[in-house]
Amino acid sequence: MKPFAYARPGDVAEAVRDVAAEPNAVFLAGGTNLVDHLRLGVARPDLVVDVRTLTSREVTDLPDGGLRLGAASTNSQVAADPRVRERWPVLAQALLAGATGQLRNMATTGGNPLQRTRCVYFQDVTTPCNKREPGSGCSAVGGYTRYHAVLGTPAALPDPTAPETCIATHPSDMAVALAALDAQVRVLGPAGERTVPFPELHRLPGDDPSRDTVLEHGELITAIDLPALPAGTRSAYRKVRDRASYAFALVSVAAVVTPDGELRLALGGVAHRPWRATRAEEVLRGQQLTQDAVRGAIAAELAAAQPQPGIDSGNGFKIPLVARTVLATVRGLLPEEHS
Amino acid sequence: MDAEITLQVDGEARRLTVDTRTSLLDALRERLGNTSPKKGCDHGQCGACTVLLDGERALSCLALAVAHDGAAVTTADGLAPAGELHPVQQAFLDTDAFQCGYCTPGQVCSAVGVLDEFERGWPSHVTEDLTGRPEMTSDEVAERMSGNLCRCAAYVNITPAVQQAGGAR
Repeated sequence: MKPFAYARPGDVAEAVRDVAAEPNAVFLAGGTNLVDHLRLGVARPDLVVDVRTLTSREVTDLPDGGLRLGAASTNSQVAADPRVRERWPVLAQALLAGATGQLRNMATTGGNPLQRTRCVYFQDVTTPCNKREPGSGCSAVGGYTRYHAVLGTPAALPDPTAPETCIATHPSDMAVALAALDAQVRVLGPAGERTVPFPELHRLPGDDPSRDTVLEHGELITAIDLPALPAGTRSAYRKVRDRASYAFALVSVAAVVTPDGELRLALGGVAHRPWRATRAEEVLRGQQLTQDAVRGAIAAELAAAQPQPGIDSGNGFKIPLVARTVLATVRGLLPEEHS
Repeated sequence: MDAEITLQVDGEARRLTVDTRTSLLDALRERLGNTSPKKGCDHGQCGACTVLLDGERALSCLALAVAHDGAAVTTADGLAPAGELHPVQQAFLDTDAFQCGYCTPGQVCSAVGVLDEFERGWPSHVTEDLTGRPEMTSDEVAERMSGNLCRCAAYVNITPAVQQAGGAR
């Protein structure tokens, strides 16, 4: 492991200044992903700034009925919070579907959405990867693609040598729920505070796959706010994976249904970012959430999906799997007469 | 780069100088001679390095020692201070919950954490009613212990061990 300096400043403002001033500095919170990357050589910082004990660990009520999750609150703590279990069950379920008890005790609210892809080529420093080494190419195209993207990718078989090619997926379960909930991300940076709507936090690869999010260097998540939901709102998270426990999603679905029948939908395991299914939501707006209507809406969402071929027989299975998983999840949230 | 830290290991204050790259696992094993937590994968995938970190189960391979200056660390060794076995350890013996034993200290620490999480009413992925109090069924225990791999596959006896220790409380 490359040597690095370690700092635990007095407060978050100082931590932000420290990271902003050093181009090759990183924030450390729970460490569950970063420490592994230090060991693998995926991350090679000169300075590690520890913010775990600087940001809030509190989960507090907001005046409008929402909930503020301090950046240092742990995944276990948030999943066990009675308010989250009762009013935002999609988030509790997503958290509990991720990782293991030990990891959830360490992983934080601020860190979880910033974890990086588990693409095997990204994590293997001996292979080309545009996300890890910009411009080096993409080893995943035509390789093992079972865990890779079907949405937000340019073509059925992207050019593996092109610097913008990346078919990685975002691995977080929590992030899929937060995207469906329209959570708000509170960020502190060198230029001050700002709020980023969660569905806009993560990027598609665009022309720079090395950037996962819209955060600038030195910007730190200090809290994530859950907006209040209308009374009677139902929500759920459903994850499909290769093992019964402790595996990343092949596909996952976060669904929120308000009492007046509005559906908010986000998909995991299918794209470079948690995928808010805005197309499906639009198709359904003003319609009854019947099986046929939901089936039609998800078909519209998936119209642009591109299966990736691969030496493991590819990931085309994800497209029908997403459709079925959405249907099953939404059906579970509807009153009997619609289902 | 070096840093001076103090760890409360199994109830004893230990002062040491560590390279900033040192994991808590390596600090315990290589610097303090506590070989109870084991190095399996060193990537947070196997659970053999599980310890109780400030009272909660955690992976010592993914913790930087320098980031946990002042922390209280309990290893499986520290669960039996005067040689008297912890109920979880006794239950592992009673139900024959291991073969080679390499994963056992991590399993034991994880199980102690699991029982505490049940006491606090924490739900899991298999809990049907998120707002209720989970019961200590074999499905619940297996899900909660899924972060501890056992290459001998002693799982069929580990789950009853955890349940026995939970009932014995």
